[in-house]
Formats: sequence, structure tokens, C-alpha cells
Amino acid sequence: MSCCSMDTESVLALSATSSSAEETRLASHPLGAGLRQLDLSVPDVHCGACISTIERALSALAFVRKARVNLTARRVTCVYQEELDEGVTDPSEILAAINAAGYRAHLFTPSTPESDRTRNQLLLAVGVSGFAAANIMLLSVSVWSGADAATRDMFHWISAMIAAPALVYAGRFFFKSAWNVLKRGRTNMDVPISLAVTLSYAVSLWETAHHGEHAWFDASVSLLFFLLIGRTLDHVMREKARAAINGLARLAPRGALLMMPDGSQRYIAVEEIAVGDEISIAAGERVPVDGVVVSGESDVDLSIVTGESSAVAVAAGSEVNSGAMNLTGSLVFRATRLARNSLLSEIIALMEAAEGGRARYRRIADRAAALYSPAVHLLALISFLAWGFLGGDWKHAMLVAVAVLIITCPCALGLAVPVVQVVAAGELFRKGIMVKDGSVLERLGEADIVAFDKTGTLTMGRPRLIRIETIENGSAAIARGLATHSRHPLSEALVRDTDDVPIPFFDSIAEIPGGGLEAKTGSDVYRLGSAVFACGTTFIPRAGDSPFSEVVLSKNGVDLARFFFDDTLRPGAAEAVGQLDAAGLGTLMVSGDRQTVVDNTARALGIDRALGALTPKQKVEECQRLSDQGHCVLMVGDGLNDAPALAAAHVSMAPATASDIGRQAADLVFFNDRLDAVPEAIVVARRSASLIRQNFALAIGYNVLAVPIAIAGLATPLIAAVAMSTSSIIVVTNALRLNAFGKRPGIRSTERAGGQAEVKTA
Amino acid sequence: MNMLIYLIPIALLMGGMGLLAFLWSLKSGQYDDLEGAAWRILGEDEADRKKP
Repeated sequence: MSCCSMDTESVLALSATSSSAEETRLASHPLGAGLRQLDLSVPDVHCGACISTIERALSALAFVRKARVNLTARRVTCVYQEELDEGVTDPSEILAAINAAGYRAHLFTPSTPESDRTRNQLLLAVGVSGFAAANIMLLSVSVWSGADAATRDMFHWISAMIAAPALVYAGRFFFKSAWNVLKRGRTNMDVPISLAVTLSYAVSLWETAHHGEHAWFDASVSLLFFLLIGRTLDHVMREKARAAINGLARLAPRGALLMMPDGSQRYIAVEEIAVGDEISIAAGERVPVDGVVVSGESDVDLSIVTGESSAVAVAAGSEVNSGAMNLTGSLVFRATRLARNSLLSEIIALMEAAEGGRARYRRIADRAAALYSPAVHLLALISFLAWGFLGGDWKHAMLVAVAVLIITCPCALGLAVPVVQVVAAGELFRKGIMVKDGSVLERLGEADIVAFDKTGTLTMGRPRLIRIETIENGSAAIARGLATHSRHPLSEALVRDTDDVPIPFFDSIAEIPGGGLEAKTGSDVYRLGSAVFACGTTFIPRAGDSPFSEVVLSKNGVDLARFFFDDTLRPGAAEAVGQLDAAGLGTLMVSGDRQTVVDNTARALGIDRALGALTPKQKVEECQRLSDQGHCVLMVGDGLNDAPALAAAHVSMAPATASDIGRQAADLVFFNDRLDAVPEAIVVARRSASLIRQNFALAIGYNVLAVPIAIAGLATPLIAAVAMSTSSIIVVTNALRLNAFGKRPGIRSTERAGGQAEVKTA
Repeated sequence: MNMLIYLIPIALLMGGMGLLAFLWSLKSGQYDDLEGAAWRILGEDEADRKKP
């Protein structure tokens, strides 16, 4: 995948350049001594050249002290001076400089830096336990190869001294988690780990103090080392995806221009907007809170809020929801709700409620642990009692019990799941799909119904001219000439999709908000826009329920041509639906758009069932209804209105063009324009599910072989260490087979779909 | 046997130095951007484009 193909333009381009100096200043945080730090997300950086281009462009600005690109998170951190000798600096020049260098840049609020700290702590623990394991192993090898008496004792004591701090420091993750679970009267995989590690250390210490032959320091430390690797991989995978998702732009506006009673304007943060405040919204800005238009006329794009794809005209008195994009005219707007009570926040609340339902999902590893750890404890206890009562030697019985705990310790089991998931996440990342956490792949593998949103998901949310009805020759050229003067999505589509012909000359052109464009040539008046605007009252509009958007060109009130627009289908949408069908998954469309439009798209793509005009709440209800029927729903959507459904579904996917909240709610995010990402992700998820099952089988098979040896009392430290490492290595090697799978063609049983259903790699 | 009294502390010391180096690199943020670091090797020296 090339990062250059990450086309997030349709949504982001609108918000890319609208940041003012005030907004940028609001987004940066002070470092003291007149310095401020600004974090920007730059989704396009993908190579070394990008790094040096951006850093050089920023360093060229006089007030920039330091600029550093983080390629992993696709972020730029820039430290600048608030004031120079010439006066206050304008930080929006930083954005301008990045734009000028050819990259899109967006303001970015860093999420909690806490996650990074956890990763560093885990890495530190891996380092410490690795160091301890290596040194103790060296000493152990000397013991095994024949050191005896005083030398052996000394080696054991040194091992004990190395192991103690390492166990306390590196083992605290497991001890803490085990203690938390035990407090609530449950058990998980961390309980046998903690028990085995502490018990084996205690017994080894006791053995050492009594000049015993064997000690298990090496086993307990290297066990921790292996398990920490698994845990770190698990954590790193989750964080990597999260950082990159956060790195993409935020769509919610940060503030707005407040109209003061004395007529002046002041930029304030969204949280400070009070009910009754009058704010001014320029064309191209997003509405920050719910409110009513006081003055001005414009078209607003509600596609992110409701999913309705055509723009809606608003005038004084119209109510507008937060998140809507103001397209053509500037508006003065009175807030009727606080930011925290606005639609945006309501949707977030709905989402949180829906997510509560999904939190009940239990990971495979936890489910395995619930079965495995009681069995292990029981086995250790039985061997302890049996050796004690039958053999009479309680010290030996204790050693055998510890050996059983160590050998059955879920080292391979601990690695079985995270290794496969990291490899699978890497494979998906190469295909342009980001996974948020490990349980996503498990849930994705179970999905049996795919619910799609329409606008922005199956379609690009970008209108396309499909039909022209001209009454007079040459009228298309006139319409094109008019349309070049507007930024309205339909005008842009008209310019893009008509032939490049010489544009006629107009004396004057004006854009009338809420209507369209008006041009004068001599005594003639041309109008391009909605039917009512173009033809006045003489024109009787056709049934408003047509699946296409319509634009009319008129000359002195008589219509010359009509243009019909449809939304562009996302590339690969039909193939993706076909592949899903072939793989036995049901398809469903849930959209907030009109039923006729929805039916039209469903027919074009061959989707089984299409539901239109749904509110965000109804989408959630549909997901819940399906899951009550025992289905596992994969929801694919992008808008704000899909976010609650994304959170409620069993598993969810969103394109990178999705709204910020949509991306946050989704479990997977795909960067390619093509919808093929959906079946591809399912293929990888199903493969990784089968590899995880194989790994469990391997790990359990190892136990079946090793446990009898331990119970029989034959497990020397050497055997335990070798067996443990071998099982881990086998599990890791098996996980790497996922890459080899990638070279084979797609979902099984695709032959039925007639060859075209083969999975294409991006 | 007498050798061990010197050799073991030396081995531990060297291992400990490796560990300290790892801790230092972690603390100084060298693992924050692994992808970028791989590309930066190929770039020009940062010293070349320091501002006057």
C-alpha cells in the first residue's frame, strides 16, 4: 500500500485550510519562556523524504524553534516562539507551510500520554527480566555441567540475588492483575503465573539455604521474560493503531467567532459558548453547537450528521445541528444548547451506552484461562498430596508440585494469542487496514452479517453527473461556465464531469445562498440551481422522491437543461459485496438517507436488504435485534450518525474518511478507497482465528506430554527450561505461517462467484 | 575457583551496563518513532540544516 493513495480528501479538504491564527493558538500548549508547542497530524507522511521536506519547510520559518516529524504516528511536533522582535507571531503559518510543502495538516489534541508510559514500563520489564534470565541461565549451565558443593551454593546464591529484584520489578504486572482478580473471587491466567513464580522462588531459596542440588531461579525468571514479551506485543499492537487513528484529523470545531454586543468579534473555545450567544459561521466552517439561524442564507451539508447526501438550504429561523458543514453563505447563528448538550455529545452518550453491551465480550485467552487455571491448580495440588501421602517426603512433594506449576505454566499459551494477533495486525496494516486491539480480530472472525452505511461507505459522498437533459444546444457549456464559480459539491461535480469546452463570457456572476448561481449577460439572466430557484414559481417540481439530485439551468426563467447527479460508488464495493456473499455472509444496508436512494444503491450492488431513513438510534436497534437473533454483526460506516451503531455492533469498520467519532467508535479503520478491505480483513481474521486454535492445540499438546514427566518427579530444571522454550518457539513459528497464507488466494469457496471474487491485495 | 571471584562480578557488571544503556535509550525516547528513525539514517545530518 502506498500512503499516497490515502484519499481522505472528500471530507478533509473542507476542513484543511480553515484554521485561523486564534484556533491554532488555542490548540497549542504553552511550554513557558514564551514558547508554545503545537501538535499537528499529517496523515500523508510516509517516507524519509516527507520527513525532511516538512522539517526543512518548518525550520525555514523564523519563529519556529524545533520541528520533528513522528512517522509512526504521522504527527509533527513543532515548538515556536509566541513573540518575535517584530511582534506576535501567527502560528497558522505553520499549517500554511506544511500545506505549501504539499501535505495536509490538521490540528491535533494529543490523547493521554499514559499509554506510552505503560509501553515503556513493559519494555523496561522485558529488559530487566531478559538481563536477569540471561545471567541466571549462565550460572545454571555451570551448575548443570558439574559445579558442586561450595561453588554450586555460591552460584545459587548469586542467582537468588539477581532473581529477587527482577521478579519484584518485572512480575508486578502479573501480581497486580492476579491480586485484582482474586479479590473479586475469580481467577485468570495471571494467577497460576504469579503462584508458580513466587512458589518456585521460595522453594529454590529454601533449597539453596539447605545446600540442595536443584534450584528453579532460571525457570521462574525466564518464564516471566517470555510472558512479558507476549504482553508487550499485545500492548504495542493496540497502541500503534490507536496512535495512527488519533493522528488523523479531528472534525469537531474547536471554537467559533462570538458576536459581541458592541459589534466586535472574538474567538472563543467551543466549551465557552453559552445558550443565547450569537456566533458567526463562515462558509466552509462546521457548526459547533446546536442552534437557530438568526440571519443569512446558506446550504448546509448534513451528510456527517444524518447521512442525507444532498445539501439542505437554510435561512433565518432554521434549526441546525452541530457537526453540519456550512457550504455557501455566511450565517449568524444563535446557540440553543451548550456544546456538551448538543447532538454531537448526545451521539457520544448513545455510543457509550452501546459500548457497554460489547464490553461483555470475553477474549479467547480469558475464556481459555477460565478453564485452564483451575485445572492446573488442581493438578499441582493433587500431585503435592499424592507425593506427600504416598512417598511421605513432603519436601519432595512440594518440589514436584512446583515443577508441575512451572511446566504447565501458560508460557506458550500466553504467547499463543498475542503473537498471532500481532502478525495478523501487521499483515492487515500492509493492506491499509488498522486494527485497534486484539479482540477485534477474534470478533471479526465470528461475523456473519455485514451492515453497511450508504453515504461515505458504499458511496464516496462525492456527487457524479449521470445524465443531462438539454433543451437547447450549448447549454451544458453555459452551465459549466457558471458552475466554475461555486464551491458547492454539485457545481464541482458538474465542472468535473462535463467536457472542457470554451466558457462563455458573463457580465456578472453572483452566488445566491440557498438557491444557486445567477449570471447576467446583456439583458439575459441565467440561473443554475434548484428547480424552484432557476424557474421561479412557473416550474412545477417533479416528485421530490427521485433517487437523483437535480440541478436546473434556466434563461430568463425558462429551463434550458437539467442535470442529474448520483453519488459515486466506492471502488470495489460491488466486488466486496460479491465476495461477502460468496463467503456466506449476509449483507444489509442501514442508512439515514431516503429510501428510494437507498434502494437504488442496494440494487446496483446486490445487497440483500436495504433500510433507509434510519435515525442513529434505529441503527443501534437494528444491530441489537440482529444480535438477539444470534447473529454477529459487522457494521461498516463512517458518519457521526453511524457511530452509535459502530459501537453497538459485534465488530465494526470505518474508512479513514470517516468522522472523528466514527473512527473512534470503529474497531478497524481502512485507508484505501476500495471497499475490498472488508472481505480482506475477514479473510485475515478467519485465518488468525484458526491459527490461534492451532496454537492452543499445540500448547495443550505440549502440556499433555510434559505434565506426566513433571508429576512423575522427573522434571529437572534443564528439562523444564528446554521444554518451555521449545513450546514457545513452536507457537511463534506457527503464528508466522499467517504471512505464508497471504500469498494464497482469498476466501474459500469463492469459485462460486465466478473467479472475479479473488481477493486483491492493495 | 579464585578466578570466579573476579569473573562473575565482571560478567554481571557488563550485563548491567547493557541494561543501563537500554534503560537510557528507552527514557530518551528512542523507541517513539521506529519507522521514522529507519528513514532518518538515509537523510542529511540534522546539523546541516540548523538555523543560523
